Amino acid sequence: MEKRATFSSTTIGLLFALPMLVLIFVFFYWPSGQALYWAFTLEQPWGGGNTWVGLQNFRQLLSDPYYWGAISRSMVFGLGSTSIAMGVALLLALFTDREMRGHKAYRSVFIWPYAIAAPALGLAFRFILAPEAGFLSLINQIWPGLWNPALDGTDAMIAVIIAFSWKYVGYNFIFFLSALQSIPRSLIEAAAMDGSGPMRRMWDIQLPLLTPTLFFLLVINITESFQDSFGIVDIMTQGGPARATELMVYKIYFDGFKGLDYSGAAAQSIILMGLVVLLTIVQFRFVERRVHYK
Amino acid sequence: MSSIAIKGVKKAYAKNAVVHGVDLEIATGEFIVILGPSGCGKSTLLRMIAGLEEISGGEIWIDGKLVNKLEPRERGCAMVFQNYALYPHMTVAENIGYALKVAGVPKAERMQRVAATAKVVGLEAFLDRRPAALSGGQRQRVAMGRAIVREPKVFLFDEPLSNLDAKLRVAMRAEIRRLHRRLGATSVFVTHDQTEAMTLGDRLVVMNGGRIEQVGTPAEVYNRPATRFVANFVGSPSMNLMEGAIDRHGVFVYDEQRRIPLPGALDARLVGHKIVLGVRAEAAKLVEAGTPGSLPATVDFIEELGAGRVVHTDFDGLSFAVALSDAATFETGDPVGVMIDPADIHLFSIESGLRIDLPASQPAHATSL
Ligand SMILES: Nc1ncnc2c1ncn2[C@@H]1O[C@H](COP(=O)(O)OP(=O)(O)OP(=O)(O)O)[C@@H](O)[C@H]1O
Ligand SMILES: [Mg+2]
Repeated sequence: MEKRATFSSTTIGLLFALPMLVLIFVFFYWPSGQALYWAFTLEQPWGGGNTWVGLQNFRQLLSDPYYWGAISRSMVFGLGSTSIAMGVALLLALFTDREMRGHKAYRSVFIWPYAIAAPALGLAFRFILAPEAGFLSLINQIWPGLWNPALDGTDAMIAVIIAFSWKYVGYNFIFFLSALQSIPRSLIEAAAMDGSGPMRRMWDIQLPLLTPTLFFLLVINITESFQDSFGIVDIMTQGGPARATELMVYKIYFDGFKGLDYSGAAAQSIILMGLVVLLTIVQFRFVERRVHYK
Repeated sequence: MSSIAIKGVKKAYAKNAVVHGVDLEIATGEFIVILGPSGCGKSTLLRMIAGLEEISGGEIWIDGKLVNKLEPRERGCAMVFQNYALYPHMTVAENIGYALKVAGVPKAERMQRVAATAKVVGLEAFLDRRPAALSGGQRQRVAMGRAIVREPKVFLFDEPLSNLDAKLRVAMRAEIRRLHRRLGATSVFVTHDQTEAMTLGDRLVVMNGGRIEQVGTPAEVYNRPATRFVANFVGSPSMNLMEGAIDRHGVFVYDEQRRIPLPGALDARLVGHKIVLGVRAEAAKLVEAGTPGSLPATVDFIEELGAGRVVHTDFDGLSFAVALSDAATFETGDPVGVMIDPADIHLFSIESGLRIDLPASQPAHATSL
């Protein structure tokens, strides 16, 4: 005896999907819709509703040198942290793959930093990189005043880049290592028989076969650097000194919640969202075309 | 061109020994086939020669040079892998030319040598393709081309034909033989396929459980197997083996009805001992049931081989195969007689499995070797 469901399959499907759809709506579409609304309107100075202003918020933003400053700092931050996080992770993964095949426990240690919330991480690095007492105070004992992220904008930028990279090194490492380990052992051995040394094998065999992973991580790292950097900046520098670490995402928060300029902040987040979406599309298109061997 | 000497070579993974002291001398230009069942350590031995696997004990010499501690690239061997291990991101030409590129051969010379090699392995039309766009046989050729382009001292093959279909395998076998005649490089070829082993090798090395059972020409190994294992492993169908005792007249007694007189003089040491007697299916004949001197049997089933047939008979529980080339017909269940020429029997110790040669009992065909 078989009992038949009396719902049509579409209804059942929708019912199962409903909790997720509600979540997505409440936490994604609704806020996004709200942001869009604010971005194209302006709140009356003393309350009393929003008026439609079209693209005026955007025009204002794009003629604001401070905003362009935030964009270029975000670029520096994104490129800096992505290259450090990916470079270090790749090196670690290459060496781990060579020396320690199959050590699973060792692998999982590297993912832990990723599990640490950005503000906690920022706090830790604030102490580590503190000029008077931290790990780097040694430098100041030798060359007084050389390292001071509280006063020097470049130092501050370096500090947030290091903290952010540290978090993503572990994440990237896991991807690189599993990609490396999925390269058949016999390919490496064949290259060894062909007379290729360990370094040459990395360059000629392993790296080319890693390109799909490299591109994937590039997308993830750059987009995350635009978004996930907020906690670190907020705890470590609050965008300072003198706006030196005011990234796009931090400026959104600052203008919106400190400056109470909802419309300007909303317009900024629309721009940031557009940027991230664009980046993702471009890069995935590129990945699709460029890095398929099979 | 090079000779290889393997002296007491051992291999252990952690505490688990898989090769237990192998000794082997391979002459310059020789084609050696290592034959053995799965897991017996053939690949491990080959990879130790190549330098891909550390040697746990003993010594390997190539061309009069101790290579134990040398990197693969310093040993001058080329290897063809079972799964070909082609570089998926390189074209056929790049795959073949990679070793030359690494060696720093100038581009013009490299292209010319790649082209020449491609001609030898019949891949001229495919030089710009990636491995993914090749058939299994073509990939196999790329792997061969990659090995020969460097003109290595030693060729190592690890079951290079086992992924090909039967027909292609025969063709590639012939091609490898031809190539060896042409290049004359020392070759070590690992396989578990005995037809491949018989047809390719100048000499065969039969391995089992991490040890060498026998080294010899294919004919020697077939006609005078050194151990019970070799007798059973080499030859198709495999040799019929019976356990029985030698009575005081020098007659092998399997059971009351089945006795086989041993040839030649009686060896007093064997009397009263249990022993293993082997007869190849090709050496036995089927006769009418009850023929004097024949062993009674019933027909169990018949394998049709095209060129001939193998009749599997039953000795009250023991299966005994007889190869037929004539057209005589039998049905399952028919009572028959099995006739064995005493000159064609092989004896092995039941304890050690080693071959026992009777005094003056050398089978006629074996003495001529
Ligand atoms: N890395 C390893 N660690 C532990 N044991 C191993 C390792 N590699 C091989 N072995 C063991 O060594 C033995 C010999 O392996 P090997 O690959 O040499 O067999 P083979 O004769 O080539 O078999 P096949 O015909 O199936 O390829 C096997 O029992 C195998 O389980
Ligand atoms: Mg093997």
